Amino acid sequence: MNGVVGDEIEDVEDVESFRLRARAWIRASLKPYSAERAMGLGSVSAEEELAAVAYERQLQRAFFDAGFAGICIPRKYSGQGLTPAHQRAFNEELAGYECPTRFQIPTMAPCAAVLLEFGTEEQKTRHLPAILKGEEIWMQFLSEPSGGSDLAGALTSAVRQGDDWVLNGSKIWTTGAWWSDWALCLARTNWDVPKHRGLTVFILPIRQPGIEISQIEMLNGGKDFCQEYLTDVVVPDADRVGDVDNGWTVCVRWMFHERTIFTSSYVTHPVGAPRGNGGAAPIDIARAADRLADPCARDLIGEARMLEVVSNELSRRISAGMTSRRMSDQAAAVSRLFGGTARARTTTIKSELAGPAAAAWSDDDGAASQAGVGFLMRQTSCIGGGTTEMARNVVSERVLGMPREPALDRDVPFRDVPRGGSRRA
Amino acid sequence: MLVELSSDQEFFRETTARFLREQVPAEQVRRLRDSPAGHDLEYWRRGAELGWTSLLVNEEVGGGSISGQGLVDLSLVAYEFGRHAAPGPLVPTNVVAAALSGTGGQAHAEVVGELLSGEAIAAWCYAEPPPYGRLGDIALEIAVEGADVVVNGIKRPVEAAGQARYLLVTGRTGGGLTQVLVPVDTPGVSTTPLRTVDLTRRFDAVAFDHVRLPTAAVVGEVGAAAEQVERQLQLALTILCAEAVGAMQTAFDSAVGWAFDRHSFGRPLASYQALKHRFADMKTWLEAGHAIADSAAAAVAADLPDAAELVSVAKAFIGDYGGELLQECVQLHGGIGLTFEHDLHLFLRRVALNRVLYGTPGEHRQRIADIVERRGAGARPEGAA
Repeated sequence: MNGVVGDEIEDVEDVESFRLRARAWIRASLKPYSAERAMGLGSVSAEEELAAVAYERQLQRAFFDAGFAGICIPRKYSGQGLTPAHQRAFNEELAGYECPTRFQIPTMAPCAAVLLEFGTEEQKTRHLPAILKGEEIWMQFLSEPSGGSDLAGALTSAVRQGDDWVLNGSKIWTTGAWWSDWALCLARTNWDVPKHRGLTVFILPIRQPGIEISQIEMLNGGKDFCQEYLTDVVVPDADRVGDVDNGWTVCVRWMFHERTIFTSSYVTHPVGAPRGNGGAAPIDIARAADRLADPCARDLIGEARMLEVVSNELSRRISAGMTSRRMSDQAAAVSRLFGGTARARTTTIKSELAGPAAAAWSDDDGAASQAGVGFLMRQTSCIGGGTTEMARNVVSERVLGMPREPALDRDVPFRDVPRGGSRRA
Repeated sequence: MLVELSSDQEFFRETTARFLREQVPAEQVRRLRDSPAGHDLEYWRRGAELGWTSLLVNEEVGGGSISGQGLVDLSLVAYEFGRHAAPGPLVPTNVVAAALSGTGGQAHAEVVGELLSGEAIAAWCYAEPPPYGRLGDIALEIAVEGADVVVNGIKRPVEAAGQARYLLVTGRTGGGLTQVLVPVDTPGVSTTPLRTVDLTRRFDAVAFDHVRLPTAAVVGEVGAAAEQVERQLQLALTILCAEAVGAMQTAFDSAVGWAFDRHSFGRPLASYQALKHRFADMKTWLEAGHAIADSAAAAVAADLPDAAELVSVAKAFIGDYGGELLQECVQLHGGIGLTFEHDLHLFLRRVALNRVLYGTPGEHRQRIADIVERRGAGARPEGAA
């Protein structure tokens, strides 16, 4: 068996012996998985969140010291130089155990994945080891207040000044930017060409005088989402990723890594642990609401489990299809769309199972007490990481080959493209 | 269907696909609606030669598989059956052949031989009429009287009972389940044809009125057949699901082709975002159907611990979403989609049929809930999937 792309071909530990080594370390060193401590969109105090971040930095360092960080990252960047099969085995062994969730998404994928593909040798040597050691948490400076889905319509500008670039603008929907370290940032470097041809990608430290971070309070009280204001932020040209004005090439792969985060071989995730704000299982909510014997409730429990299993199997199929090149990378939108709508439906089911406790609750309601606010945040699964509407466009146009939507800005210099007022900003 | 097949599997699948294309094009399927058997005997015999009946049978009695996982290979045949809305008793013959070969040793080798060659057809008498119409309800009695067993009760719907030479009957002996193999010409057995949504599948109600057989007719052990019956159910569900996905695929391809060809207001239907988004949703259901049908086939083939859950998930999902996909295809075709002349209904019929046989989606959701509850909170064997 050979190492992953980017490493010299060398002997690689076989998966089963790796699995046993991982199992021994995990059982001897890690605490049980805790949904409360994991990264999510819940409402916790700033102190608690910072404590969780600090804890996960140590935890990431422990993974690194034990030789289990960056399993598919080449060894020359301090990774393990192993294969996706090793990562899968590790995730299986990690089931039920704690994991540095804040170092996975978006740090490992899409950010580290994009750096690996497009970063300079110097950038990779500097940042990948720092990420794996728990020193750098990365964010995506991608969406802007002026438009979430139309990424190529970015308004944040980067102007060349000698060996540097000067960035101005605003980014939004970065989860946890206020406790993060570095960002991958999409900016406009040329306003005189159509929108896709005037973009460039940069990397920059988040904590610096030119960046003001404001936490956005979500309807559930969570404050993890942030908006950043960039004012004359100076970025050396050495921190540019990919060619000038060729940022869309980087962005296409960036989006690919975004849509495949749940099956990415760069991401460590305990198998079976909920993704994002999953919360209590439907059956636990039904039990808490004393509805377990109700055939209507059992029907919903069955439906929720059906959707969960089918989502997982679909992701595996699409992932295998893309790996074997029988499906194009665009097929990732199929599992993104299904997963988003399935999770939204499951959230509705949880509300139904909780009954009146989804309207008014106390701590005594246990698992049922999360269902009310969970329902309010339901559309998260259909918006975050690219809306399901965009996924539907990708599936119909890129997978099924149907005619593209007419784009009035396609061959127009971006400077001349009409822009509405930004009502949000 | 699996994203990647071995070259042997691909050859095997393509051989059946070519045979079905030639033998049962849509026009022939339409003609067969008036055929009492729903298929030609010669067609079935030639299909048997292609391997349609031997994949779940042990090698020692003449069976064998392509890949080492006979059920996975059979799911390829079933998928092609769905793609072509093909006639023939694929589910009952295979389930009975598997049951006889799995439990009978050499006892039923002769019957298995007849099924393998396609010379005879078998039916599985499992479902019962109300008040025992729920999935898994068994009231038919199989009593032991000296050296005989006596069968009393009614089964319906029973696929291919009117064409079958042998009936595998699942019944109750006291608190346990028993199965007996009943030649259809045994005194006391009577079949009454039912009408059905499918053009070529045939169903009967079968009555057993003091049907007396020697105990040698028992398949397995008296009162201890529950595990076999569960296994047979899983096999039947796997085949039905693979077939339904084939029908979904053909209907979807047809609707996509229609959307490109059909113009309204000067532009193809495929250019309207409102319709493109519906096609995108349908594409996710279709790929999800493939994914879960394949996972279920692999798990049942290997008899994995999560086979029961996966196969019920497959049936619940494909039953509901397959039905929705077909109805969406009808809607997107407009009025032509509801005519006998258009091929779409051939696949709608197959999906509608498979949706309810061996448990409705709702009944399988109840089974899934039972499994989730038994497993206990939190402990999910996802790695095993």
